[in-house]
Amino acid sequence: MKAQSLLLEERQGFIHQKGSCGSVSIQCDTESLSGAVSQRACVYCGARVVLNPITDAFHIVHGPIGCASYTWDIRGSLSSGAEWYRNSFSTDLSEQDVIFGGEKKLWEALSEVTRVHSPRVIFVYATCIVGVIGDDVRAVCKRAEEKFGIPVIPVMSPGFAGHKSVGYRMACNALMELLSRAPKAPKRGGSVNILGDFNLAGEMWIIKNYLEEMGVKVVARITGDATCEELMHAGEAALNVVQCAGSMTYLAKRMEEAMGIPWIKVSFFGIEDTSQSLIHIAQALGDREAEKKARELIARETRALEPVLCRSRELLGGKKAAIYVGGGFKAISLIKQFREIGMETVVVGTQTGRKEDYDIINSLVREGTVVLDDANPAELEYFIREKQADVLVGGVKERPLAYKLGVAFLDHNHERRHPLAGFVGVRNFVKELQLSVNSPVWQYVR
Amino acid sequence: MLDLTPKEITERTALRINPAKTCQPVGAMYAALGVHRCMPHSHGSQGCCSYHRTFLTRHFKDPAIASSSSFTEGASVFGGGSNLKTAVRNIFDIYKPDIIAVHTTCLSETIGDDVGAFIQDMDIEEGKYVVHCHTPSYVGSHITGYGNMIAGFIKYLSRSTGRKHDRLNIIPGFVNPGDMREIKRILDLMGIPFIMLPDTSGVLDAPMLGRYTMYPPGGTRIDDIIAMGDSPLTLALGELACEDPANELKRKCGVDYKLLPLPMGIGATDQFIMALSNFSGHEVPYALEEERGQLIDILLDSHPYFHGKSVAIYGDPDTVLGITGLVLEMGMIPKYVITGTPGEAFTEKAQELFSKFGVTGCTAKAFSDLFELHQWIKNDRVDLLIGGSYGKQIAKAEDIPLVRAGFPILDRYVHSYMPLVGYRGAMRLVEMILNALMDRQDRDCADEDLELVM
Ligand code: SF4
Repeated sequence: MKAQSLLLEERQGFIHQKGSCGSVSIQCDTESLSGAVSQRACVYCGARVVLNPITDAFHIVHGPIGCASYTWDIRGSLSSGAEWYRNSFSTDLSEQDVIFGGEKKLWEALSEVTRVHSPRVIFVYATCIVGVIGDDVRAVCKRAEEKFGIPVIPVMSPGFAGHKSVGYRMACNALMELLSRAPKAPKRGGSVNILGDFNLAGEMWIIKNYLEEMGVKVVARITGDATCEELMHAGEAALNVVQCAGSMTYLAKRMEEAMGIPWIKVSFFGIEDTSQSLIHIAQALGDREAEKKARELIARETRALEPVLCRSRELLGGKKAAIYVGGGFKAISLIKQFREIGMETVVVGTQTGRKEDYDIINSLVREGTVVLDDANPAELEYFIREKQADVLVGGVKERPLAYKLGVAFLDHNHERRHPLAGFVGVRNFVKELQLSVNSPVWQYVR
Repeated sequence: MLDLTPKEITERTALRINPAKTCQPVGAMYAALGVHRCMPHSHGSQGCCSYHRTFLTRHFKDPAIASSSSFTEGASVFGGGSNLKTAVRNIFDIYKPDIIAVHTTCLSETIGDDVGAFIQDMDIEEGKYVVHCHTPSYVGSHITGYGNMIAGFIKYLSRSTGRKHDRLNIIPGFVNPGDMREIKRILDLMGIPFIMLPDTSGVLDAPMLGRYTMYPPGGTRIDDIIAMGDSPLTLALGELACEDPANELKRKCGVDYKLLPLPMGIGATDQFIMALSNFSGHEVPYALEEERGQLIDILLDSHPYFHGKSVAIYGDPDTVLGITGLVLEMGMIPKYVITGTPGEAFTEKAQELFSKFGVTGCTAKAFSDLFELHQWIKNDRVDLLIGGSYGKQIAKAEDIPLVRAGFPILDRYVHSYMPLVGYRGAMRLVEMILNALMDRQDRDCADEDLELVM
């Protein structure tokens, strides 16, 4: 199949092949085309993934049952304590509610929750039809908060209001609402909040341990393994460290405005980015001692990883990778990580990357690499084949596609099996790659 | 830690906790994937489509393809007519299906989009088709959506020319591709030509051949759906999921139908095979007699291990009723039988089964959820759980073995390739039940009681 016949004309602007004459002009950050088999998710999805890891929160979906079903116990975000977030609560709206409005049912649901359990905080997600049937979710939440004496926070997340990134913003707004209820407290010098790590496979714990080893105190984890209580102290931190920039830059900016907390972007994927980030944090805090400890930690961990990387270069060097992930920051880290083991990235795409991300991506990849925004399976298939990728890094929807193409796969999304962050993450990353790329099963594929 | 469900049961009227159902569109999407070279299309926000595809992919471990109208703020105010028009044009241009099957979502239903009228206004190329059905997420469940989509195909495509052919129509309930294969195998053994709608075998259990095709070889052919209108009879296999589409065909083309339970367990499979034999006038072949005899033989050999054990069954209505029938035949006690799908017919049918087998003290409930089931179990436990993956929290909290059967199964492999229907499906289910109970016995017994021969 020819690329031209396969790709919609309207989609051409979203696909870019790095050529000799430098500048990128990829279209991104726009709506998907009607009719596209897009891999993208919606506002509710974005909001829910950000808030879901708060372990003692009650997440109530106000809407028909679907949205609540699909996000019930979405795996990956681990908890060291409460497990309430692993249940599915919803108002399961019926036809009657759609006709007569769902406010009463929402109120009832809130009363039922508070009657039996003792929630610390409730998030109420307003999904697709709630606004259309005229429910005033804010008012109900406000009334509930007054009556039950706990934060009841509306999350405005109708699916049609944009894609995932809009949902991230709605979640950040909800978090700001929660933080605004915290009593004023003095700043704690040399301390940080970690933003944008969701403790998938326990990654937040790894990062927190590194920081603690450096003598840096972590005040609030936003939101991996967080509790309501912990979040309420977020205003006391001296610095915000933003990992998933796509979802959390907005919150960092709002916290800077409202609480005067400066922020920096970091990434804990791969040796290069993890090392740089640790040093960067120490420097941003102006903490010499922490910087020294960071350097020691990095030297120790890098040394320990040398034999692993050596072996990986033997087993994986020269192989070609395709990347299709949610945000731009992750794609960037992954390209570097592949480079560390001598692999070349030949296709790279994101669901919600921004112009700045694509500029960096373009400066990292070699000539001929295909860069895609909001790709559909047909495009992914075409370019994975054309570029002869050996492995695809993606999420749940891409896994069977990769296997059907006879290409190895690594899950870098909610279903990752092992932590991929930090130095230990590098170890897992190459191990998983090797297991998939070198599985004996490939030799039976004709 | 996971055990947060309080024992004390308080009344809930508004709050749904841990559902045993999901929304209509995902069922419609599944049905549409069972038509050859069909693109399921979700008329709503793109998030719905993405969730539904992910959900199906998690269960079938195969790519589930579907497109979306990608509603924006504008569409939610002015209607999604132009989105749908653009979508249909784009889909035919780029993905080149033969047919697009549109289903709605809660959003397009609530804003009142007249999808039928939109489609009528379209210029559709000769030989290509666009069909639709309504799947409001606030009515019924994914099971309702499955039936609605099948009815949609029939409404648009099936024709009665007045010249009957001899092929029997089969409408299978919401089951795995492995079940659809088994139903077809039985029809072949009976020597009966048939048309099955939908047929997801060869689509969602497609083999690995080293290339990805958007449209795998399986799925009901459009010509066959058209020809369903000239069939002598329809067998609808699933009393709660399949009546509407069968009825639609009767209304439109005058094809009579027979409503049967999903052929799970001995009695229901007997019923299915008798209906086939009556239709064709053929004797039941030895091959099927043999399978039935083997199943009974297995049950006799192993009955001490399951007879009298109590079990909780949850999931989709027809599947749950089918499994309930089988466990009753095995002498087990289906103490709790629930579905999330609303509809009192489920409860009535379950009660009928209870009284047919003379068991008492069993509860059946439609429109229930797993939180409620968990509370019942806390108050009076069972020996075994049978249902989808979402029961694993209960299984772990209460330390009860779980047999995974039904939809969705998100945490295991191979299930979608294997049948639960027919005598062979029953054998498989019996084996799974036995393994679960006997593994438990081995695990729990004292060292001196560990038996090598059981
Ligand atoms: S918005 Fe409606 S149709 Fe879409 S997933 Fe949620 S409940 Fe289902």
